[in-house]
Amino acid sequence: MTGPDVMFPEEQRQISAVCQRLHRDANAKAVLLIGRDGQPIAEAGEVGEIDVTSLSSLTAGNVAATGGISKILREKDFTSQFHEGEKTHVHITLVAGRAILVVLFDERSSLGLVRLRVRKATGELARLFEQVAKKAAASTGHSILNEITDADIDKLFND
Amino acid sequence: MSFINYSSREINCKLVYYGPGLGGKTTNLQFIYAKTSPEAKGKMISLATETERTLFFDFLPLSLGEIRGFKTRFHLYTVPGQVFYDASRKLILKGVDGVVFVADSQIERMEANIESMENLRQNLAEQGYNLDKLPFVIQYNKRDLPNIATVAELHDALNPNNVPEFEARATTGVGVFETLKAIAKAVLTELRRGSGG
Repeated sequence: MTGPDVMFPEEQRQISAVCQRLHRDANAKAVLLIGRDGQPIAEAGEVGEIDVTSLSSLTAGNVAATGGISKILREKDFTSQFHEGEKTHVHITLVAGRAILVVLFDERSSLGLVRLRVRKATGELARLFEQVAKKAAASTGHSILNEITDADIDKLFND
Repeated sequence: MSFINYSSREINCKLVYYGPGLGGKTTNLQFIYAKTSPEAKGKMISLATETERTLFFDFLPLSLGEIRGFKTRFHLYTVPGQVFYDASRKLILKGVDGVVFVADSQIERMEANIESMENLRQNLAEQGYNLDKLPFVIQYNKRDLPNIATVAELHDALNPNNVPEFEARATTGVGVFETLKAIAKAVLTELRRGSGG
């Protein structure tokens, strides 16, 4: 088993900036970045009405299921998916096998524009995730986890 | 796989409830959902068939409080227990931090329990995990029903490594939170151990 996935404040700030730029450049309703196991990482745009936790978990399940289908078909991973709705459309892309980029858009944008802008953003995000991985490898042993005591864990479960 | 966000100061972990069909995995999550305060839980999602059998998974996000200023969040998943949904079970085990095996105590389900336990071990191995090294607890559910195996019999068949085990009656909640606490604690302890702490 490998260690936990991590995110640091500096990279979080840069990743959020990429999501905000993508939201603007793609004329999207909202942009979400999700960890491969369904943990929300960053968001931009009109997310107030959306249950981000549920959407993240379902999207990760969807991507995992699609990955399973690609294996059965002996295809390489399907790197993107598109769901066409009546009002809202969803574009889903894998980022360097580490995260899932979700763009929600409507008639103010188009699939072509979203695809174009997503391509640029995924390159930047992949670079930032690489940076996070390097930093995490270098900081082994300085994790918050080292500071946790038995008493801290017990306290969490006191009724 | 757990996710530690130093920016939002959160520790996120994934727990999976595994076991044979109709053993009470979804009922465990439903009870936890019903008895948890609104601020500590998110929406519970069930991807189920028309006959309310789990089709893909149930999902329940829970917040357990703070450790050293970090919010601890647990994402609880169930797998579909029916034998033919094996491909889906494999997907749900990806990134798992801890497993609860919900066994059905009825004597006629003993074989299904053993088969599901073997299936768990094999599916974990395919993802690169060793069940013996993963935070793991077992729940013997449906203790209120007639015609059940004794705990000793269940233990002998399912728990050779003596992991924590709990008797339960998930419909009324008996043993449900005890099981959850035990696995959550085991996951946090393992996270700390894995970091060298």
